[in-house]
Amino acid sequence: MPGKSSSWAAKVGAMLAKDIRQEYRTRYAAGAILLFGVTTVTVVSFTMGRLDLPVEAQAAVLWIIIFFAAMSGLAQSFIREEETKTAVALRLYADPNPVYVGKLIYNILILALLVAVITPLYIIMTDMIVSGIGLFCLILFLGIIGLAGATTLIAAIISKANIRGALFAVLSFPLLLPLLIGAIGGTAKTLSENEDYWAAASSEIQLLISYAVVVITAGILLFEFVWEE
Amino acid sequence: MIWNVILFVLMGWVIVMAFITPAPQQVIGEASRIFYFHVPQAWVAVVGFVVSMVASINYLRRGRLTDDDRARVAAELGFVFCLLATVSGSIFAKVTWNSYWNWDPRETSILFLLLIYGAYFALRSALTGDEKRARLAAVYSIFAFITVPFLVFVVPRVLPSLHPSDSVVDSAGQFSMSGTTAMIFFPALVAFSLLFFRLYILGVRISILKRRRIEESQL
Repeated sequence: MPGKSSSWAAKVGAMLAKDIRQEYRTRYAAGAILLFGVTTVTVVSFTMGRLDLPVEAQAAVLWIIIFFAAMSGLAQSFIREEETKTAVALRLYADPNPVYVGKLIYNILILALLVAVITPLYIIMTDMIVSGIGLFCLILFLGIIGLAGATTLIAAIISKANIRGALFAVLSFPLLLPLLIGAIGGTAKTLSENEDYWAAASSEIQLLISYAVVVITAGILLFEFVWEE
Repeated sequence: MIWNVILFVLMGWVIVMAFITPAPQQVIGEASRIFYFHVPQAWVAVVGFVVSMVASINYLRRGRLTDDDRARVAAELGFVFCLLATVSGSIFAKVTWNSYWNWDPRETSILFLLLIYGAYFALRSALTGDEKRARLAAVYSIFAFITVPFLVFVVPRVLPSLHPSDSVVDSAGQFSMSGTTAMIFFPALVAFSLLFFRLYILGVRISILKRRRIEESQL
């Protein structure tokens, strides 16, 4: 970890590099998330692939899969810190802000990996027709940033809890409801035949951007209260 | 004591008058009487959340456990009223539109609030240690509050609404409620708010006394 005099970016980079290196060695969280995602996509396409679902349902199922895959693996970075007791050393040595931003970027990368793997799979296996591919990718991108932003702080909160169970999903779901509504609505608009989907989805895009900005800012401000003992 | 008397009179007035006077909305008929109860309950549910969040902020600023007690009591009461509002709204929906749940934006918002309250209590029960529990619950309460404006203001633009808001506020945005309705509705709002604050003050006092009792027994 860089010393006190090094830049904020260097500290964030060091936090991120540590998490990536640790993940690369064990591949636990990424493995859990990808496995969950691929399994669910397979099951869904097996049972529902032949049905001609309305676009809202197709979009909703995709985001449900992303949400639950995220729930199965995103809390790992904090829980692992607490369980291996490295959190104590981190608390002593590092500032809370670079820790939060580093973990946030790490979560965004894990989600990006998940989406990159399961979205093509989902499109192929359910024969989905994506009319507006640019908008589709933009909504996925904004959605995972908002998702990571909201869940990173909650992961930090629950890592301190004694009995975790489904706590992560229970705490995250209410907060993610606006994000999911915006993401599913926007994605549904890119799947429809309507040509003017950029204009139609403009309110959803605004919702996603503002949601991401607000939760990340709130996360940065609140994280030190969670982190410091 | 005087506040208890005022509360008794106001609430009594509301309950009696709600059933004696003509129904507020002619189109829907008798079921619209629920308006006098359902709207104040929803209002108090939000007030409870705001009070809880303010107490949470105070806890993070000052570190006094009485602020955590305030947050918890306000959340407990807010939860109860939120449950009442959800149920009364659902009953009204069944009577009026023949379906208990429709994912109308207002219905979604109140359910959302219920989920946040539930998550808050789930978090509190999973944590041990007074300070840790207070701190983390406070952070969650504040974080959750920040996502509320999104659902309240943004989602209604996206989804059409079943709520009969047009009966009270006309197209010009002017507030138009008939005399008798206003005579019962505003006292109802005050009565329910007063009920919340009476119970809140009682609950906080009890918590403070309990804490004092525990501290004294440890000396």
